[in-house]
Amino acid sequence: MIGLFVFAALAVIGGFFLSRRAALVRASTSGVRMHSRAGYHGYLAGWLIGIPTFVVLSLLLTFAPDMSRLVAFALVAATALGMFAIAYTLARPDFRARTHVERIVQAALGACSVVAVLTTLGIIASLLYESILFFAEVSPIEFLTGLQWSPQTALRADQQGQSGAFGAVPVFTGTFLVMAVAIVVAGPIGLMIAIYLSEYANKRVRSIVKPVIEILAGIPTVVYGFFGLLAVGPTIRAFGESMGFEAPTQSAIAAGSVMGVMIIPLVSSLSDDVINAVPQTMRDGSYALGATKFETTSNVVFAAALPGIMGAFVLAISRAIGETMIVVMAAGRAANLTANPFEAVTTVTVQIVALLTGDQEFDSAKTRAAFALGLVLFVITLVLNVFALNIVRKYREKYE
Amino acid sequence: MSSGSPHTTARAVAMLKKRRRANSVFHALGVAAIAFAIAALVWLMSSIVGTGISAFTQNVITFEVVLDEEELDPSGERDPDALRLANYRAVVQDALYERFDVGDDRQRRQEAFGLVSTSGATDIIRQQVFTDPSLVGTTMTVTAPVSDDLDQYLKGNLTTDIDESLRRVSDNQIAWAQELKASGEIKSQFNWTLFTAPDSRDPELAGVAGAIVGSLLTMLVTFVLAFPLGVGAAVYLEEYAPKNRMTDFVEININNLAAVPSIVFGLLGLAVFLNFFGMPRSAPLVGGIVLAFMTFPTIMIATRAALKAVPSGIYDGALSLGASHTQAVFHHKLPNAAPGILTGSIIGMARALGETAPLLMIGMVAFVTEIPSSITEPASALPVQIFLWSDSAEVAWEERTSAAILILLAFMIVINGAAIWLRSKLEKRW
Repeated sequence: MIGLFVFAALAVIGGFFLSRRAALVRASTSGVRMHSRAGYHGYLAGWLIGIPTFVVLSLLLTFAPDMSRLVAFALVAATALGMFAIAYTLARPDFRARTHVERIVQAALGACSVVAVLTTLGIIASLLYESILFFAEVSPIEFLTGLQWSPQTALRADQQGQSGAFGAVPVFTGTFLVMAVAIVVAGPIGLMIAIYLSEYANKRVRSIVKPVIEILAGIPTVVYGFFGLLAVGPTIRAFGESMGFEAPTQSAIAAGSVMGVMIIPLVSSLSDDVINAVPQTMRDGSYALGATKFETTSNVVFAAALPGIMGAFVLAISRAIGETMIVVMAAGRAANLTANPFEAVTTVTVQIVALLTGDQEFDSAKTRAAFALGLVLFVITLVLNVFALNIVRKYREKYE
Repeated sequence: MSSGSPHTTARAVAMLKKRRRANSVFHALGVAAIAFAIAALVWLMSSIVGTGISAFTQNVITFEVVLDEEELDPSGERDPDALRLANYRAVVQDALYERFDVGDDRQRRQEAFGLVSTSGATDIIRQQVFTDPSLVGTTMTVTAPVSDDLDQYLKGNLTTDIDESLRRVSDNQIAWAQELKASGEIKSQFNWTLFTAPDSRDPELAGVAGAIVGSLLTMLVTFVLAFPLGVGAAVYLEEYAPKNRMTDFVEININNLAAVPSIVFGLLGLAVFLNFFGMPRSAPLVGGIVLAFMTFPTIMIATRAALKAVPSGIYDGALSLGASHTQAVFHHKLPNAAPGILTGSIIGMARALGETAPLLMIGMVAFVTEIPSSITEPASALPVQIFLWSDSAEVAWEERTSAAILILLAFMIVINGAAIWLRSKLEKRW
């Protein structure tokens, strides 16, 4: 198999050199002025041989992996040689090789951007397909309004109520609770950092503090999760004990506060951008009226930057809802319907992980429930992202 | 100051004082916010370094083992299969019973045997005897890791001020360990196992080598796919695409793709590549593909920014000398944008290296005790290994999880450092 790939690659390289030479030789013997530089004849040969050969090769591997090596080799070699014959005849000095190469290059580049669309389509198709199968078994109304979430029972076929309980409301409230805690931490702190760095700090402080805050964004989420488990959870537990109530190590507040720390740089750098985009003349106008720095910042700069800051907050919310590892490790797994952040909760992402890790059959309502949750997650974050990106773009246009 | 000015009345002065106080309170709040963020970072780093640092050393015990022929190879034929399956556990037990003179007391026997890593010691002896069968019948000096509980005790990670029955190490074991430490039979050495071994059920034998190789293979696939696709799509949208509804749609699509939760990409990988195309579970190939989908928008956005930053004079200059549009883009714009593209891609790859959730979806959480050698073999990845270890109950896993995190962070620092260095080295100011 690797031999075939090597053969195809060699055919491309060989085609390049032979066609380039052919173009040069023909030009010098016939005396016709070349339209394209010789290299373009080579590139054209490379593309002409490469594309069909690799297509044939991939088709063979996908649909007839057991085909005898000799036949496979013959097919690949025939394609390569045939295409080479075409390319070789085309390598005449008056042939407009460059135009053709450039057209192929443009098409190839276009194909790259189509991959982005295909990815989105793939996500939507796979989530929808499994979700529709899921909703054939569990009614969407039960899923979206049911108060009991215990998909585990679906595994025990002999039990009563074997379909399990797929009321996802506790999962949604848990997600919301963790997100709320995260935003309460990250929102004000991220915003204050942005305001301080853009309005109060001098250049030197800014050049040191900004990268340090950005470090928080570069730390992998699994590290935050372990930090929640190792340090923050036990601290909150000890705090609860000292205040006379019981707080488990894994709780909404443990996961939410760690997540908040993770999101601080997102809020601060996005807000920083929008605050910096507020024209200096607006500040100067405010100072000219005798306003203090605080009054200028809060009444003029903040007010002007508000839409952009809103956008930053919405993106932060979307990020918090989709975050997985921190909640998997620090929020617990119990599907409690509660508004108390000191209790263990479960979230959409945690449930997706819980339902799909380990050895599973992929045709039960239990695994399909994960895709239904994924669909909800995708739709909500999509709406939030589009909304936020729109605000931010409109805001930018306003001051540009 | 003139007395007639409304700005000098008592009320105005009091108000001004208040306004200035509000300003300084606000200023202090800004400082406090920064202090909070930095304190959180320091707390995170110090708690992980604090628990992880001790995992870089490991206590080993040296003892003599009599390789009794009766026990290991009663037939006397030195048959390789017999030697592989021989009862090395028994000779280790005998050696330790002898060393601590425990007699027939079951309790003390268990305690003596519990000092050493069972699989660690037997593996070492098996390996030696297998390569040199003439060792059977002789006495051999073995240096093996101590058991994970004793190791934790010796590192001071276990409290001993609770009742003996609740403890993971007994009084006898503590006494023996102190004695052995004094005589040099137990000593602490650098924990090479952590770097050279794959995963294991026993913390004292577990390492991150398999996970690192798995991560590298995954990153390789990710880079090979995401880099050309990301740069290609960016060049198309920035330089070729007509401005119409279609390209607007693609653009919104890509911006949105960069903000899709990572776990959704895992669901895509599971549904499309595992269930539909039937690709192997737990393989770096699928992991790499899934991470490539995530990384490609990042690379694309960075490439577009880099292309935008190249002054138009360069492109116009190329055109005026007779270059075609494609020649101007590929021969002049792209090379000038290369530093930006490179740093953006490196940062995107660093993010992919730390990503865990999508890999859980495609089964890279499997317990893999071998170092993978190809992209289709089951493998783990470093962040997934961290997640798996953090989930394990024994105390010894805690320090190893932290140590694995330190190794992952070291990779991150190197990669991001490389990006910063490249940027400062190659960046052009126009």
